[in-house]
Amino acid sequence: MINFQYLRTTVVKTALGLVSKDPKATFIAGGTNLVDLMKRGVTAPEKLIDINHLPLKQIELKNNILHIGALVSNSALAENAIVAAKFPLLMLALQSGASAQLRNVATVGGNMMQRTRCGYFYDTTMPCNKREPGTGCGAIGGYNRMHAIFGTSASCIAVHPSDMCVGLAALDAQVVIAGTKGERKINFVDFHRLAGTTPEKDNNLQKGELIVRLEIPVNNLNKHIHYLKVRDRSSYAFALVSVAAALEIKDGSITNVRLAMGGVAHKPWRLTTAEAFLKGKTATPANFEEAAKLAMKDAKGFGENDFKLKLAPNSIIEALTIAKSKA
Amino acid sequence: MGNLFFKDENDRVDGVDKVTGKAKYFAEYQLPGLTYGVLVTSTITKGKITAIDSKAASGAPGVLGVLSHLNKPSVAGYEAEGGAKLKIFYTDQVLFNGQPIALVVADTFERATFAASLVKVTYEKGAFNTDFEKSIKDASVKKLQGAAPYVRGVENAYKTAEVQVEQTYVMPVETHNPMELHGIIADWRPNDQVTVYAKTQGVKATQNTIAGAFKIPAESVQVNSEFVGGGFGMALRTWPLEIATVMASKHLKKPVKLVITRDQMFTMVGNRPAAHQKIGLGATKDGKITGITHTAFGQSSTYENFTEGVVNMSKFMYSSENVNTNYYIVPLDMSVPIWMRGPGEATGAFALESAIDEMAHALDMDPLDFRIKNDPEKDPAQNRPFSSKYIKEAYKLGSAKIGWDKRKNKPRSIVEGSWNVGYGVSIGVFNAGRGRASVKGILKADGTLVLQSATSDIGPGTGTGMGLIASKLMNIPTDKITFELGDSSLPPAPSQGGSATLSTVGSAVNDVCVALKATIAELAANSNMDATSNFVDVLKKNNLPMIEKTIQSSQNNPDAKNYSMYSFSIHFVQVKVHQLTGVVKVSKIVSVGDSGKIVSPKTARSQMVGGAVGGIGMALTEEAILDNRYGRYVNNNFADYHVPVHADVPEVDVIFIDKPDPIVNPMGAKGMGEIAIIGFAGAVANAVFNATGKRIRSLPITPDKVLMG
Repeated sequence: MINFQYLRTTVVKTALGLVSKDPKATFIAGGTNLVDLMKRGVTAPEKLIDINHLPLKQIELKNNILHIGALVSNSALAENAIVAAKFPLLMLALQSGASAQLRNVATVGGNMMQRTRCGYFYDTTMPCNKREPGTGCGAIGGYNRMHAIFGTSASCIAVHPSDMCVGLAALDAQVVIAGTKGERKINFVDFHRLAGTTPEKDNNLQKGELIVRLEIPVNNLNKHIHYLKVRDRSSYAFALVSVAAALEIKDGSITNVRLAMGGVAHKPWRLTTAEAFLKGKTATPANFEEAAKLAMKDAKGFGENDFKLKLAPNSIIEALTIAKSKA
Repeated sequence: MGNLFFKDENDRVDGVDKVTGKAKYFAEYQLPGLTYGVLVTSTITKGKITAIDSKAASGAPGVLGVLSHLNKPSVAGYEAEGGAKLKIFYTDQVLFNGQPIALVVADTFERATFAASLVKVTYEKGAFNTDFEKSIKDASVKKLQGAAPYVRGVENAYKTAEVQVEQTYVMPVETHNPMELHGIIADWRPNDQVTVYAKTQGVKATQNTIAGAFKIPAESVQVNSEFVGGGFGMALRTWPLEIATVMASKHLKKPVKLVITRDQMFTMVGNRPAAHQKIGLGATKDGKITGITHTAFGQSSTYENFTEGVVNMSKFMYSSENVNTNYYIVPLDMSVPIWMRGPGEATGAFALESAIDEMAHALDMDPLDFRIKNDPEKDPAQNRPFSSKYIKEAYKLGSAKIGWDKRKNKPRSIVEGSWNVGYGVSIGVFNAGRGRASVKGILKADGTLVLQSATSDIGPGTGTGMGLIASKLMNIPTDKITFELGDSSLPPAPSQGGSATLSTVGSAVNDVCVALKATIAELAANSNMDATSNFVDVLKKNNLPMIEKTIQSSQNNPDAKNYSMYSFSIHFVQVKVHQLTGVVKVSKIVSVGDSGKIVSPKTARSQMVGGAVGGIGMALTEEAILDNRYGRYVNNNFADYHVPVHADVPEVDVIFIDKPDPIVNPMGAKGMGEIAIIGFAGAVANAVFNATGKRIRSLPITPDKVLMG
């Protein structure tokens, strides 16, 4: 077998030191994606630093900001009472992801770091710029039913597969990242990247950096919310399209709104234009339709995924309609 | 329901063993000195292997050997075989992508896996064609006749009918993908005796295939396959990968285990072929069918032809004076298909039953009334009566149960919030076959009965059913009866396929029980005991620890030739279709089985439920997707090839007519494994139309098709 070193530490600083110094070293947490990638020959790290024993498993509310440790499991986060009460949108997004078994093992940080599920990325005999830059994109002109319609490039049309991240993108989360030189914070929506000409880079994490926690400011978006995931089967299927919708409605008018989509781009796709349109408007079907229409500006299909140009706006309308109806 | 604590005589005899892990599947046998094989597969679709560099692999830690066509040990039977089948490691030719081209054997699975990744293969690529739909339209692509054309009455009579429906229905490749991966353990010993632990639906078939390939006596091959983790047809033949494993064991003089990977399950062990079907239906304005034309194309391979009964049902399911069918296969550069649950008929029923629904809609008739109006009293193809057929009763029971009266002929009539509700129905039918099997019965003075037959159990509950037949005949409680199977040294039986095991092996169980009873009666008479004496007393009185009988059943009731024997099913479904997303949810299922007397109610119900689950997969989710530019599957894993999950399956109501068929066998029981799925996809497609007014003629019915339809 391809031998690799396995190291474990309980100290964040030690973990950072081990990975930052070694180009062939990488962190492993739940391993639900990394192990698959290693088995399929997509990646072959020579050193795995097991971070499961780092003290990053707390969920705490401090000064009206929810702190979520990067090693909190997806199921623990979904079942957390504070999350259920204050961030039900995140709870729904989490529950839509993967399967119960995977959610028990998958971590918050790992969920953010998971790679695309594009079939060409996983089959090492096929072209894929993300796996092997310069080889071409198999999905363009090939099987692209699951692929992106926003922010695509000639080199890659893969989508980010996470549901949790769509919820986080809608909730103005921030990512706290630790490096050997200290911590830095970036907005969640700036964490993942578009493919551009460097599809091999999924996000803006630098080599040796580690996600240590998420911070989400408490908001009033805990009533009129919905996470709609449209998929080929009811569980354990990636989204054709998903929508995270949250509304704050006062006297019939929308005072605050968040919209994000999954299954449509190389990153969780925040719908800022649609949000701007809806703010201050009444929560009516006509306004939902107009918002959906605005959200679709610049969308582009690749043949097999052309249906998303209809499914996406429909899903936005449906998610907003259900969110509004929640009492 | 029975459970661990309250035993029910209908319980699955091996249920506890299966859920507690005691049941041992082929891959779990640990032989001393066991070695592990991993296959190297082709990464081109067609062409020639120009070189295999196995130097690095051979030198890798723990590697015992690398087998390929370059060093293939002789397989004596290859020379005798015709050209049709894939002979593994025989030539440098690549016939499909994912073809096994080398086998690496090492002392551990991990080492074999690593070494296999080191094997470097170079090819001379050839032009290839895997595009089934394009090939149908392309006249330059060769098509072969899959069955003799059939004409009854006037050909294409539908074209002159008052009301006409002419439509095309397509479906993709489906893969069996049972949970248990395919493979084998082979142990070839120096005395040329071979023992294998196999995943097979026929231990005798596996024995004969291996014996034939290596030209050794069948008795030299011992096949063990007590438990099988699902088959659905894919284990009805011994695949090249199994021959390769036996070859490796013989060559290396060690037991070798090979378990293929999930992606290899898509190219090495068959599939349900893609199909393209045209149906022409003609009817009078008052709803009498006057013509049926069914033309079907099925995908096959270039190296071996595969055909199945896609157009059979159209010949006899409805009374029409005029019927004609044609069936062609399209050889493509893909691996050969194999029968998959409801072979042929499940494909054909989707097309025919969709077209029947389209015609009923065109006539503005209730599709149930339309079917009843055209239900033949006799088999119109053979012009003879059915041995038993309670279709009309099945319609009645099923429609009442699902609430068919709520259905409106006009689509889009029922709306619940964002969901449209629709109802659909479809018929399934499959030949009620019966073969010849042998069973040995050992009746013991301790009050127990042991029955033995080299049949298989891929999950339907073979042992449970046989125990119940014997229990009833011998008046022995089921817990005193053991049914032994999955061992090639037992009295011979055919493979488990075509819904024939209960009929075939059950008849032999019946016959052996009758013979044992006769012997007991004889012994009782000889020892001046009452004819009704308990066999334990009779054996004791005669100082016999046991008596044995081996009986080969007759193949059929002599009267059978005067009847058409079929099992029938009617599937009723209610679906909910989301107006904005196109998502289809099957919300109610009523499956009615008209399959004669039900011998084992619990496992029979389980079969019908399993068929409904498979039917949901066929209708809504399952599709093996091939990138025709490369000839490779792009969703060859369980995350992307979607079999239904629990949340996709509502409670399944199963109703059995449960009336004995007087002809088929002594139990009056017709097979039911196939009818559980046949017709189901059509019922869903018809319900989707009723809900939305959209006729989806391409499976699976995914949200995008509904949305854009």
